[in-house]
Amino acid sequence: MGTSVFYFVATLSIFFALMVIFAKNPIHSVLYLILTFFTFTVHYVLLNAQFLAVVNFIVYMGAIMVLFLFVLMLLNLNKENEPNKTALIKVIGVVAGGCLFITLAGSLKAVSINNPLTLSNPNIGLVENLGKELFGPFMLPFELSSILLLSAMVGAVLLTKKEEKDNG
Amino acid sequence: MDTNFVIEKFILVTVIFAISLVIAMYSTYAERKVAAFLQDRLGPDRAGPFGILQPLADGVKMFMKEEIIPSSSNKWLFLVGPGLAMLCACIGTAVIPWGQDITINGKVMPLQVTDINVGLLYIFGVVSLGVYGIMIGGWASNNKFSLLSAIRAASQNISYEIAMGLSIIALLLVTNTLSLKSIVEQQSSWHWNVIYQPLGFLIFMVCSFAETNRAPFDLPECEAELNGGYHMEYSSMKLGFYLFAEYINMFVSSTVMATLYFGGYNYPGMDYMATILGPFWAPLFGSFIFFMKIFAFIFFFMWVRWTIPRFRYDQLMNLGWKVLIPLAIANIVITGIVIALVNNF
Repeated sequence: MGTSVFYFVATLSIFFALMVIFAKNPIHSVLYLILTFFTFTVHYVLLNAQFLAVVNFIVYMGAIMVLFLFVLMLLNLNKENEPNKTALIKVIGVVAGGCLFITLAGSLKAVSINNPLTLSNPNIGLVENLGKELFGPFMLPFELSSILLLSAMVGAVLLTKKEEKDNG
Repeated sequence: MDTNFVIEKFILVTVIFAISLVIAMYSTYAERKVAAFLQDRLGPDRAGPFGILQPLADGVKMFMKEEIIPSSSNKWLFLVGPGLAMLCACIGTAVIPWGQDITINGKVMPLQVTDINVGLLYIFGVVSLGVYGIMIGGWASNNKFSLLSAIRAASQNISYEIAMGLSIIALLLVTNTLSLKSIVEQQSSWHWNVIYQPLGFLIFMVCSFAETNRAPFDLPECEAELNGGYHMEYSSMKLGFYLFAEYINMFVSSTVMATLYFGGYNYPGMDYMATILGPFWAPLFGSFIFFMKIFAFIFFFMWVRWTIPRFRYDQLMNLGWKVLIPLAIANIVITGIVIALVNNF
């Protein structure tokens, strides 16, 4: 049963991900992206990573995508004020996208499908185990990344402050 | 999968769903009666004795109204909006423990749909998803006022979610678990979390007012500035769904507050009562107490609505970012220090 559910959800993920690109309206794009993230949540549940699943649900679906939608609604994008894309930009886009595709294809080729990775502890994704891992062996990288996030936050606040000074 | 298990859960889900809908339905009646009481009026009293059939009359009225979908709106998303609002309101109750395990004909049955070990985060996730119904509906209406209202709702929910999450972290330091069942079991008799986390409870409560868009945080439906709000273009039962979802949300957040901070189905002297009532009636009595707590919270929601005027937008943001978030962080630090001291000495 698990495998068929996986294939079903994986098909949905790819379908919604393609719709994100092909949707003409940016708001529809974001809504499809939300659905894509929802299918990722289901993938995490299938992998028995409940904590990651619910955090993906809260942070990506519940917070980040709300902000995306918020910004797009404020911008009020429509056909008239869509910037004209020159041929040069299109060529650059194609080259950049092609490079990404080659990188992904190359890295996928390097992965050997015949001997898949098996976890020593299948319950590693539960909150308690994950917490013990993060605050045990991975303490230093965890704390360092939290400092990184904090500095990004302080930087964002600082940017708004500076603007206020210039105006007044 | 066990067939009995499926049937058992199906019955439980149906009963809980029916109870939430009926309570939400009668909350609309209670709201008007409470408003009438607070403003020294009579309130609805025509439909049935004491106006008890008023919610039914309202429902019939909503269904009978002409359904208008604005021609310039995005039709598909216009329909998705209220549906999503109802969905997000209804799925939150799945992880609530409604009572102790009940024994029916020698068979033990838990009064909880599912006890996932991230139950608390699940509720938080559902709450954070609730804003999509408003945002999508407001945007799809293709109306400037609806859009402004949707954007207000989004910024308000995002701001207050942070303080709410921080108050939950302080609660987690006390409970050491994310499973709602264990959280309730820890609060047996009178050991309610509100005693250990009074400030956390206050922050959580203010944030749940904001998350449910109830007064004094009902800025998304501020009629004086927005001509009505995100549901301005809606008519008939689609409008009804938006209004109804608010009452279900109110019920769910009352339930969550009673579960997390007021002991759920626990009450002082429950062990003594269990010996008198036996394994069938004692859990039901616990559930009865639980619902009394929920009703007390719902009454409090209404009481506040008819007492405190609506915030201004800058006051709303100041309260969220400059008062509640620092308070919640201070609460986490103090709770952490106290727990470290208690554990080490």
